[in-house]
Amino acid sequence: MSEIRFTIDGKACLAERGQTIVEAAKANGVYIPVLCNYEALKPVGSCRICTVRVAGRYMASCTQPVTEGMAVENTAPDLEDMRKSLIEMLFVEGNHFCPSCEKSGNCELQALGYRYKMMVPRFPYLWPGRALLAGSPLLMLERNRCVQCLRCVRGITSKAGRKVFAAVERGPHVTIEIDPKLAAKLSEEEARRAMDICPVGAILRKEKGFALPIGQRKFDHTPIGSDIEKGTGR
Amino acid sequence: MSKPVIATTSLAGCFGCHMSLLDIDERILKLVDLVEFNKSPIDDIKRFTKPVDVGLIEGGCCNSENVAVLRSFRKNCKVLVSVGECAVMGGLPALRNSIPLKECLEEAYLNSPTVDPGSGIIPNDEDLPIILDKVYPCHEVVKIDYFLPGCPPSADLIWEAVTALVEGRPLNLTYDMIKFD
Repeated sequence: MSEIRFTIDGKACLAERGQTIVEAAKANGVYIPVLCNYEALKPVGSCRICTVRVAGRYMASCTQPVTEGMAVENTAPDLEDMRKSLIEMLFVEGNHFCPSCEKSGNCELQALGYRYKMMVPRFPYLWPGRALLAGSPLLMLERNRCVQCLRCVRGITSKAGRKVFAAVERGPHVTIEIDPKLAAKLSEEEARRAMDICPVGAILRKEKGFALPIGQRKFDHTPIGSDIEKGTGR
Repeated sequence: MSKPVIATTSLAGCFGCHMSLLDIDERILKLVDLVEFNKSPIDDIKRFTKPVDVGLIEGGCCNSENVAVLRSFRKNCKVLVSVGECAVMGGLPALRNSIPLKECLEEAYLNSPTVDPGSGIIPNDEDLPIILDKVYPCHEVVKIDYFLPGCPPSADLIWEAVTALVEGRPLNLTYDMIKFD
């Protein structure tokens, strides 16, 4: 496979043809923050947290393939502040009560807040009131915490390949729905995968919350992305 | 030179952030050397008696009394710090923010299973503070200068922030200090 030379913030990197900037960066030990992107799922570029700058143009690095000689800007202060503002927008747009959330400590949105030292969002809180869906036997859908990343829609399918979750409506009205018939047939393992694929606490397994004590959770002591930066990322 | 003066209050909070302030252990002896407390539940001084350098606010604003206290802190303190999730974003009291106020009051005082049917009354005594339509983070009511997230913020974060403020040095934040839970 032919290799492509490119740079991230001046650091010489190599990529395989067809790799996206996020994948190639990871392979070179450089972390670019992502939220809607998830391993093995086709990227959609919906959250824009991974925005980088190439030749003065902004692009979602989870969908953009690397090209020969590309000079990627990843950690320019204005880019980092723009990412931080996106994280803050997600916090005010939903109801993110970290102290009472089952996903706290393992939540990717919260972990991004920690990594970007978000002490307070710069935007006013919107306090939406979205209905909670608790009809399926193993799962709850707490849509006040949903960030519309569509990871569940893309990643959770039945054995026959049908989608268990779906996005309904568009724009600010988009909500995630769950197919009640398919959800009723989910195994414990599939339910666990659904909770894991959700970056926030929107998809929850019933009666399984708060399993890990504070101090032992994923992001209690290590910032999100530090596995990639230490070169231990997959 | 006189010592920097600190004031603290708990608005719509649970006093957990004050507990966390006391959780600085033996550093509390250093704190006594470092600062003087004015209006605060810790020394039970009820009214401001002098200008204050740093005001620590726990809790958000859920009623008119919270707003009045917060405004008096803004008036009397050079620097105001939102301490904890409730002050920063409303916290658990703000769980009611997506439910109409009327529904909340009726649920609590008229329709709750522990209310004797027909005898419930929504409190309306004129001496009671008026409840607000929503629980507001402090910075949506007055200008707040600094924010310490956490439920509660760790004693280490409060100690670092208070000492940095009174010593006039930049804050040295470690990863473990910033937590939202």
